[in-house]
Amino acid sequence: MYRPEIESAPREAIEKLQLERLQSMLIRVYDNVGMYRKRFDEAGFDPRSVQSLEDLSHAPFTTKDDLRNAYPYGLFAVPLKDIVRIHSSSGTTGQITVGGYTRHDLEVWAELVARVLTAAGATADSIVQVAYGYGLFTGGLGVHDGSQLLGAMTVPASGGNTKRQVKMLKDLGVNLLACTPSYALRIAETMQEMGVDADEMALHGGVFGAEPWSEQMRTQIENGLGIRATDIYGLSEVMGPGVAGECECQSGLHVFEDHFLLEVVDTETLKPVPDNQYGEVVFTTLTKEGIPLVRYRTRDISRIILGECACGRTLRRMERITGRSDDMLIIRGVNVYPSQIEQVLLGIPGIAPHYQVVLSKKGSMDHIEAQVEVAPGFSFDEVSKLEMLKRQVGIELASSLSVSISVKLVEPKSITRSEGKAKRVVDLRVKEEGAAGQ
Amino acid sequence: MIKQLSVFLENAPGRLAGLARTLGDSGINMHALMVAEASEFGMVRIICDTPKKAKTLLEEAGFGASVTDVIAVEVPDAPGGLADALEVLGANGANVAYAYCFIHPLEKGAVDVLKVDSDDAEDMLTKAGFTVLAEEALYVPDPVS
Repeated sequence: MYRPEIESAPREAIEKLQLERLQSMLIRVYDNVGMYRKRFDEAGFDPRSVQSLEDLSHAPFTTKDDLRNAYPYGLFAVPLKDIVRIHSSSGTTGQITVGGYTRHDLEVWAELVARVLTAAGATADSIVQVAYGYGLFTGGLGVHDGSQLLGAMTVPASGGNTKRQVKMLKDLGVNLLACTPSYALRIAETMQEMGVDADEMALHGGVFGAEPWSEQMRTQIENGLGIRATDIYGLSEVMGPGVAGECECQSGLHVFEDHFLLEVVDTETLKPVPDNQYGEVVFTTLTKEGIPLVRYRTRDISRIILGECACGRTLRRMERITGRSDDMLIIRGVNVYPSQIEQVLLGIPGIAPHYQVVLSKKGSMDHIEAQVEVAPGFSFDEVSKLEMLKRQVGIELASSLSVSISVKLVEPKSITRSEGKAKRVVDLRVKEEGAAGQ
Repeated sequence: MIKQLSVFLENAPGRLAGLARTLGDSGINMHALMVAEASEFGMVRIICDTPKKAKTLLEEAGFGASVTDVIAVEVPDAPGGLADALEVLGANGANVAYAYCFIHPLEKGAVDVLKVDSDDAEDMLTKAGFTVLAEEALYVPDPVS
C-alpha cells in the first residue's frame, strides 16, 4: 500500500475524517460558488446543519449539465490565480466542460494514482509506460504525475503509433502499462503481428481505465500481454483517473474515501440504495479546491460491494462499472448496455474481442446489429461453420439481453482499432422531434 | 491430402478482386477457385502454389484466411466419373461437406476436390482403385521448414 495508514484505517477514523472534510467543504462551496449558494437556499439546505454523513442526502445534486452551463469558470471555488492547470472532458456527448486544479489538487491526484499503481505492483524501481493520450484528457498527465510521484521511471508515450509502443515496451524493459483497455488489446494484437512474444518483455502489470470493460476482456488482455490487469476508475469532472482503483485481489475498486464521498442512488427516485444494490454512482469531493462538487451524478452504474477485502484495505469497494446511463441503449423498450454485449461476445470462441454495435431504424422499429469479427485462427472453409457461429452469437445475445439483435460477421481486423476510447456504438437512428436530446 | 487456401470475404464490391490482386501481386499462381456464398459473406476456396505462404500474405493484407486439408482425387474426364468416386464414399458412410472439380493441369483427367468428414476417406478411394493426388501433382508446395 502506498498510504497504509489511510488505506487500511479503521472505518470510524475514515468516516470521522470524511465528516470533518464534508462540513468544511459544504461551507466553502456555499461561500464561494454562486450556483451552490442559490441551489442550497432553494432546497432549504443549510450547509452548517450537517451533523452526519447521512445529512448530505438533503443536499441537491450536481449534473453534467450544471458543469456545461457553468462553462468555463462558473463553478471554480478559488480565484483563477490559484489554478495551475486545466483539463477538459472529451466533449463527445456535447459541450465540453473544463476542470481547474490548484497545486494541492494536483498533489492529491498524483498520490491517488500512486496508490493504484502501487496496488498494481509498481514501485519506485518500476518503469511505467503511459499510453493514455496526453493533453486536455486527464488520462495521460494524470497517470504521469502519479507515476513520477511514486518515483517510477515514466515513459510518456501518449496514445498512437502502436508499433513504437511495442518497441519501447520491449526495448526499455517496461514493467507496467497504463492505457485504455481497448488500446491494451490493440497493443497485444500488434505484438503478435510484429512477432513479439510476451515472454520477451519485462511487463508484469497494467492499469487500465477510462472506459467500461468486462472480466472477459481482462482475461484477453492478461493473456495477450502476459500481465495482471488492474482497473482504475475516475472521471474528469471529479478529478481524473484515481478516484478508485482495484487492489491485488481484483475484486472491486477501492474508492479513495478520504477524498471522495461515495453514494449509490436509484436512477429513478435518486434516493440512496442499500449496499450491494445497483444504482447510479454519485461523488462528493471532500478536498478538491478548484472545482469542489456536491453530489455529482456520474451516470456510471455500479454498486457497493459488501464485506471486507482480503488485501487489508478498509476503503469501501465499488464494482467495476457495468455501464453508463448515458451509454444505455433503449432497444425496443429494453435497456441494453454495450458492456453486456461485450461480455457475451468475448465468451464465444471464434469471435475476436472487437465489435461494433450499429443502431438504425427499420420502418418504425429499432434495429440493432452487432458487427463482430471472426477470430483470425478460425477455419474459414465451410460456410456452415460460420453460419453456426453467427447463429450462436445471435442466440447468446438474445438470451442474455432479452432483445433480439441481428449479427453480422465481418472480416478479421476490419473494425477500426482505437488508440484511445473505443467507439463501440454507432447510432444511426434519427432523433425524433420532441424526444429528449443530449 | 492437399492444402486448400480458404478465405473469408465480406459480400462487398471489390473484395474478391482485392483477394485475386493480392495473390497476383505476390506472384502466387492459382489453379482452381470456387466461391461459396452466404447472404452477407462468401467463402473462397483456392488451390494455389505455396498455400501457407499465400495465407500469411493474405493475413498481412487484412484478409481472414486459413489452410484446410482436403482430398484431391483423379477421376476420368467422362460421364459418371465423379459419381463413381462419390459412391465409394457414400457406401462407406463418409459424408461430403463440399466438393468441386477442375481439369488436371498435366494429365487428361479431372481432379475432384473433396472435404469429407472421415479420416479414412483417402484409403477408401485408393482401395476402390482411384488415384489420390499429392500436393506436388497439382501445385508448388510450401518449402518444408
